[in-house]
Amino acid sequence: MISCESTSVDDTAGIAAAVAELVIDGDLLALVGGLGAGKTAFAREFAGALGVTQRVTSPTFTLANRYEGRLVVNHLDVYRMEGAGESRDLGIDELLDDGVTLIEWADVIMAALPEARLDISFGFGDGDDDRIIRLKPHGTAWEGRSVALADALRRWSRVESEGPPC
Amino acid sequence: MSRRILGIETSCDETAAAVVEDGQKVLSSVVSSQVEIHGRFGGVVPEVASRAHVEAVLPVVGEALAVAEMEGPDLDAIAVTHGPGLIGALLVGVSAAKALSLAWDVPLLGVNHLEAHLYAAFLEEPDLEMPLVVLLVSGGHTMLIVMDGHLQYRVLGSTLDDAAGEAFDKVARHVGLGYPGGPIIDRLAAQGNRDAIRFPRAMMADGWDFSFSGVKTSVVNHMRHHPDTPVEDLAASFQEAVADVLVTKARRAAAEVGARGICLAGGVAANSRLRERLREGCAADGLRSFLPSREMCTDNAAMVAAVAWHRLAADGPSRLDLGAFPSLPMPDE
Repeated sequence: MISCESTSVDDTAGIAAAVAELVIDGDLLALVGGLGAGKTAFAREFAGALGVTQRVTSPTFTLANRYEGRLVVNHLDVYRMEGAGESRDLGIDELLDDGVTLIEWADVIMAALPEARLDISFGFGDGDDDRIIRLKPHGTAWEGRSVALADALRRWSRVESEGPPC
Repeated sequence: MSRRILGIETSCDETAAAVVEDGQKVLSSVVSSQVEIHGRFGGVVPEVASRAHVEAVLPVVGEALAVAEMEGPDLDAIAVTHGPGLIGALLVGVSAAKALSLAWDVPLLGVNHLEAHLYAAFLEEPDLEMPLVVLLVSGGHTMLIVMDGHLQYRVLGSTLDDAAGEAFDKVARHVGLGYPGGPIIDRLAAQGNRDAIRFPRAMMADGWDFSFSGVKTSVVNHMRHHPDTPVEDLAASFQEAVADVLVTKARRAAAEVGARGICLAGGVAANSRLRERLREGCAADGLRSFLPSREMCTDNAAMVAAVAWHRLAADGPSRLDLGAFPSLPMPDE
């Protein structure tokens, strides 16, 4: 697990851009964190780093937005879902065929997600603008990239003293 | 000859049908709400919404026709919301409208939900003067629109992140108030001090776009540091920050385009403090304020049938392969 510290939107943008450099078609990013923790802000910066020029807004209302940049970016929000059973209706398997998929509030449907994914959790730090962003690659899809990911995030990474696992 | 149009609306959590004559005279308007169902989950649950629409849509259409004392084949058109909204929910209305169109041999017309919200105002106030600034605020959208004439719009700005109504729902859920957040916060705010907490007014002075993600995060941070804040004060202060931004920008837009008045549309237009602030602001600026009734602010099918009368005359009917579009944009010049 890689633990990063962000003290501003610029830091979050840097972290998002570093991740965006390494993603490939078919990747799934599972975003987890409370209200206002920065999931949508991360998604916006991530899509921007992939060359998306459209406005990236909260997908809470429409559930799924699709953007086209250097790669297709699928931006999902399962905040209002009941649980894993409902996620079938999102057609995640079909989405994964095309582009990179980010799912906000992914913990709601974690049981239904494929094992190969990058989990990204957002927590509050001490100051109002401080965020702790933890990244944990899963599955063979990320095996070859986890060292590169840790390198790319070195600038923001911190030694985890305590706290819950990702 | 008068034209009577059946409107069908299933874009989110209301199943609605209405018959409107000549875009103006509401012969019937029936709304079956799912609020009680979704209240248990703290928000609209998409799959539950679709199932509830399937069960409600035909009885609601039957009721709208019965109240209007009409038979289906006597209709001049069937108009249905085909976006934006939840895809599963939209498809229920669109499929029902297609089947009825085919069975009754009545023309079909797909309607934009956002445009329909603008026409809710004209049902109650047919002589609204243009140019008109419309503040469209709902759970899914926050837009500042200039209406230069019928079916002629310029979208000045919209939200960069969360919709205003989404911020109400999320704040309410975060502090454990339940769903829907808007009416609950409105009610609590009436007993609170709106100056208790100074929440940020993002982008109030610049441009035409909005941002409500920051005020949501400020509420979260405030509750972390001051968990004992009376919920009434929190509600009143949060609501004030949102209303302040919305009304300030709408007044500035009206001055900029030389509008005759400002009109509210969408579910958040039912918020009593927003209505009060807009009424006061327009009075101060010598503008007409138009505040549709609460029934017309929230999702209904009369507005769908009303805009359809204008659209049908301008564009003609849709084909039977009409699709549903969750991200259908507001028509813009």
